[in-house]
Amino acid sequence: MITRRTAFLGAAVAALVATAPALAADDLKLPRQAIELVAPPFVHQHEQATKEGPKIIEFKLTIREKEVVIDDAGTKFQAMTFNGSMPAPMMVVHEGDYVEVTLVNPEANTMPHNVDFHSATGGLGGGALTHVNPGEQVVLRWKATRTGTFVYHCAPEGMIPWHVVSGMHGTVMVLPRDGLKNREGKPLRYDRVYYIGENDLYVPKDANGKYKSYDTPGEAFADTTEVMRKLIPTHVVFNGKVGALTGKNAMTAKVGETVMIVHSQANRDTRPHLIGGHGDYVWETGKFINPPEKDLETWFIRGGSAGAALYTFRQPGIYAYVNHNLIEAVELGASAHFKVEGEWNNDLMKQVKPPGPILPGKSSAADAVVQTR
Amino acid sequence: MLLAMKIKIAITAAALASPVALTVAPVASVGHSTADSAITLIAARPFQYRMAGDFSRDGKPAEAPLREARLSGDVKIMTSQVTSREYAHCVDDGGCPRIPRAPEMADRPVVGVSWRDATAYAEWITNKTGVLHRLPTDEEWVFAAGEKARDEALPLADPVDPAQAWIARYEAEANRVRPLAFDPQPIGTFGRNENGLDDIGGNVWEWTNTCFLRMMLEQTGAAQVTNTNCGVRVVQGAHRTYMTDFIRDPRTGGCAAGVPPANLGFRLIVDAQLPAFYRIVEEVALKLRAKL
Repeated sequence: MITRRTAFLGAAVAALVATAPALAADDLKLPRQAIELVAPPFVHQHEQATKEGPKIIEFKLTIREKEVVIDDAGTKFQAMTFNGSMPAPMMVVHEGDYVEVTLVNPEANTMPHNVDFHSATGGLGGGALTHVNPGEQVVLRWKATRTGTFVYHCAPEGMIPWHVVSGMHGTVMVLPRDGLKNREGKPLRYDRVYYIGENDLYVPKDANGKYKSYDTPGEAFADTTEVMRKLIPTHVVFNGKVGALTGKNAMTAKVGETVMIVHSQANRDTRPHLIGGHGDYVWETGKFINPPEKDLETWFIRGGSAGAALYTFRQPGIYAYVNHNLIEAVELGASAHFKVEGEWNNDLMKQVKPPGPILPGKSSAADAVVQTR
Repeated sequence: MLLAMKIKIAITAAALASPVALTVAPVASVGHSTADSAITLIAARPFQYRMAGDFSRDGKPAEAPLREARLSGDVKIMTSQVTSREYAHCVDDGGCPRIPRAPEMADRPVVGVSWRDATAYAEWITNKTGVLHRLPTDEEWVFAAGEKARDEALPLADPVDPAQAWIARYEAEANRVRPLAFDPQPIGTFGRNENGLDDIGGNVWEWTNTCFLRMMLEQTGAAQVTNTNCGVRVVQGAHRTYMTDFIRDPRTGGCAAGVPPANLGFRLIVDAQLPAFYRIVEEVALKLRAKL
């Protein structure tokens, strides 16, 4: 039996809960799930759609300042990273989940760091609440209120761009609880997912035009900033290094498989293109509440965002996945490869005649078509 | 100059008497070491050779036949690759285009040179010394490289399913071993082959004069050239490849896979253009040797 007074009290308690969600997550008794992150281009296991209710998803990001090699010539680079990879690992959660990140800045590092999640609300994306000095850690929780692919990055005052172009950026993918949909509301699924993070790098050169190397990030700061301010990168690479996703590290797929490619650029615009393929469904801005575009040849990723594309491979062979500013792809390094196994489809493509001498007087296939008209 | 020639003849004659290669240096010193490279003479003998280029049979891609070959004469070739210092003399003399280089690399192989640069150097040193210098043909290079020449027959595309061979080629190229160092290394770092040549198959690939050919194999086994592209030349080293003649800095990227040549450099064939008298002496010596 509910009296008027208890009903009123109940409403007041409900209102209190509604106005104080920050202290609610644990009080709500949500289940917790800890997820081990994996290095790009791979993505940790996840459900594409879930019947379960919201959870608190725990991730750990450990900051690693380290020297890396960024090209075939052995150019050394003072990188700053989350978990040691460029880009940082991709985190996948579902809408309504709470993301609880433990950010660790080990003693061995030289600088304070923090993290700004584009998918989080308030507090500079968490940047205001996550400053950690070497030898400290911090725990931040934020609610995944909107779906899509979102960049996260380090954002320490006064040095934001330098930390970002030194490697401190990754992506969060917030999936709708009932999965991805096309424009008509039909479910879309993928067989594989790859995460490509594009890095624009600015490496100083000496008087002879040779790339300079430094012992610590701090020593590289002044020269690097000078190069950055000219806005012309010396390297534009996928996953931290020229050739990180080619040759033995080429991404793989099979004919008939649908692959999701998440592409992030935390600093600068880019335009991915799959040579010999397409974007069947593309969320160019990466936000799944907007219907995906169809059949794109090239898609635009705004600096400071991540986009997602689905493609079902129809033909075997080698596919180049490039930034279709081809100067950046070929001269600066922004190229990846897919190696796709399967059976060749002659209907889609056939070499009708191999290269040979130009035969004067003989009608070519093109002439024949004209004659039939 | 004449003295140098005389010495050379004597050494050549000595070399002719011996079936093994002999290294002599210097060949012809004119002024300030314009040609201070040592020259190695390699006596002609049969060797296995697979022609460069694209081959087809009945309209399908085919492997170039591996043939027993023998050059028409002995090969006189630079023992090591042309160095930055040597190339710089040509630049200073107005004979070669200037290319960027680090001063500490002066005694290492010159790299970042195109076929055109290498050819300009050959012409310049020929004029300087009066001795014909030129890039080797692919056939000469393979002969001189001996056991260090790589006969890499890559999988052939089946027109019915071109992707299988394409993937296999990609994997073969991706499995090529990358040179340990990218910068040119001191002469001799990559060892000496059985013919006495330094650094064959090291981290500097060498231009040859051989043009890119497309050839049709007939039933008889004869090859018929269907297209010649001399804008592309054969480049030799740890693997054989083809480069457009103005390229100085090879790289893959975009659609290409695998390991490109780390550096482009060259060594030259030295063809003695001797006064008639000496030429006769040499011919006699050759004939004598043929009878041995």
